[in-house]
Amino acid sequence: MKKFNSLAISNADDLIFGNAQNPVKCGNGMVIGDGVVFPEINFTLPSIKISGETWKEVLQQYREIADNISRRARALKAPGFVVEFEQLPPMTQNPQMGAEITEILKNALNQLYQNDGIKNALRVTVVDLRDADRPPQLRDGNACHQTLSAFELSAQAGADILSIESVGGKEIHDQALMYADLKGIIASLGILAYRDVSWLWQQIKTITNRYNIIAGGDTACGFANTAMQLAGQGMLPDILAALVRAASVPRSLAAYENGAIGPSKDCAYEGPYIKAITGTPISMEGKSSCCAHFSPLGNIAAAAADLWSNESVQNVRLLSGNAPEVFYELLEYDCRLFNTATKHNTQRQLRELFVQSDIRQNIQALMLEPETVLKISRAIVEQTGGYNQTLAAAKTAFHCMQQAADSGLVHLSEIESSWFLKLKQELDEVPVLEDEALNWLYENYGSLFIPESYNLKNLV
Amino acid sequence: MHDILEQLSICVERGKVDIKSPFPADMKGREGADELTRKAIENKIPASKILNDALMTGMQRIGEKFGQGKAFIPDLLIAAKAMNAAMEHLKPFFESGEAKHKGKIIMGTVSGDLHDIGKNIVKMVLKGSGWDVIDLGVDVSSQKFIDALAEHPGSYVGLSALLTTTMLHMQDTTQVIKDTYPGTKVFVGGAPLSQEFCDKIGADGYFRDPQSFAKYLSGIVQ
Repeated sequence: MKKFNSLAISNADDLIFGNAQNPVKCGNGMVIGDGVVFPEINFTLPSIKISGETWKEVLQQYREIADNISRRARALKAPGFVVEFEQLPPMTQNPQMGAEITEILKNALNQLYQNDGIKNALRVTVVDLRDADRPPQLRDGNACHQTLSAFELSAQAGADILSIESVGGKEIHDQALMYADLKGIIASLGILAYRDVSWLWQQIKTITNRYNIIAGGDTACGFANTAMQLAGQGMLPDILAALVRAASVPRSLAAYENGAIGPSKDCAYEGPYIKAITGTPISMEGKSSCCAHFSPLGNIAAAAADLWSNESVQNVRLLSGNAPEVFYELLEYDCRLFNTATKHNTQRQLRELFVQSDIRQNIQALMLEPETVLKISRAIVEQTGGYNQTLAAAKTAFHCMQQAADSGLVHLSEIESSWFLKLKQELDEVPVLEDEALNWLYENYGSLFIPESYNLKNLV
Repeated sequence: MHDILEQLSICVERGKVDIKSPFPADMKGREGADELTRKAIENKIPASKILNDALMTGMQRIGEKFGQGKAFIPDLLIAAKAMNAAMEHLKPFFESGEAKHKGKIIMGTVSGDLHDIGKNIVKMVLKGSGWDVIDLGVDVSSQKFIDALAEHPGSYVGLSALLTTTMLHMQDTTQVIKDTYPGTKVFVGGAPLSQEFCDKIGADGYFRDPQSFAKYLSGIVQ
């Protein structure tokens, strides 16, 4: 297990798009994080049931997507790109289904590389099925075996990079988040999620080693993006969503401690922290992902991106073409801009524009501001263990938000301000010791999780 | 309104569960929903009056604030927590039939879909609004909904989905429910849905947020 005790990037000027300390070579000639930002195109099916009867049509959809993207890449003379195939639940439940689609996409990408010299790589993200039962059984049982088997078969079928949006700890976090219960949020992320990510990535790493492919990375999507989406709908305070963003970093970092080397997942908005701490390249999504969801991070998310993604779009017809092809073009033009800025040595100015255009609008954007990222990352690496790191991240994030509010950098509404005080008091009451936090977790959420899933002692 | 009931409604609205609750800070050390409900019962105030004039009033106030963007889901849920603390004392009156829930609703995320936070939020808001919610969880087959309706006849049904590929299962489930239990009201919700889709599959209502659903349901039982 690798431990990160210092920052790979300690100067905010160096936390910038296109450049990572440890670039990743993968797929058909791709090098990610070595001075160039590439698109990472994502897509999903239109409204269609996935079943035996529709299977041929489903495969045809993916063939069409691959053809359309290849055509656009040729038309735009793209230097390279990554395709992410994010599986839908039936494709992981029946891993051979996911493998069949992986093979179709990989063949299309191989052809594009051979015929046109366009570099590319295929990321496959399997569904974490272990969440289906509550409380979830994370290290054993059918859902766990199917999930791991989907990794194996995807690797066999030609995936270059494997990723997952893992869910350990979510059974507590969901509940705690809705009550804005910081003790529950920090314990579920710092103890449960951290332990699960560590275990899961050891399993994934074994598979990627066997096939000599890349263990990409995890994402706190089910945690921090849930908070972001709920805040966006006026259901949660933005300051809570921002706090969860920072607190989710150590659980995602655990993947890199256990063998992942990047590129991180696009919806992992904690990516800049991962890059600052580990030096691995990251995939990010911002305004380009509004086809899948809204966010207050449209421009600032680009500040440190090495892959630039659209998260997901249905294969439906738009005026110009089908949506995946349309969004591929959009990403390609964004990447041209990133890379031209680098070529003309104006990348820092462009990054500054990304940062400044979002930072005053919503306090969640502050969590992606490079100096703030480094401050919180430093607090994380100064600690050891998931819980201590999570608590340190939350406290430092809170401090940064307070400073930003006091200095007038961001304006908090009356209701946000009242929650600010509430969360401050809550944060002061969060147990400092992991054992104490664990006991509290058993007492307050004991019925919602299976301790053995986290290699914890069952007290019952 | 009786002074105790007014105080109780404020406790519910602001989520003051009991005397030990640290929140809200300006009510620290004061009696909460737990103690005040006990007092109201001791004062021979009818359970139905406590429920309607204090607990539901408090929930309604916080619900309105939420609708106006002056409160968040945790405010609603903490209020529901205070209400639940009060309801513990009212349980015997529900069991004897003196007080009643607004009705029953069976909820679940449809077959093939594992997302549940949206459904859970709706569940908690409905519970806080006085509904008895039967939660079937995620990846729920049509048959499970039918089984639940057999066990809880006359219930409403709420279907949730987050994926464009699974929302289509809502159509089968709605159809099976309507064929097996004609007259059952089926409501749908989830990010990719629309009123148009709801109409197309023959469901009885689509709601974008939990509050509008709760408000609608309260309207149809009045």
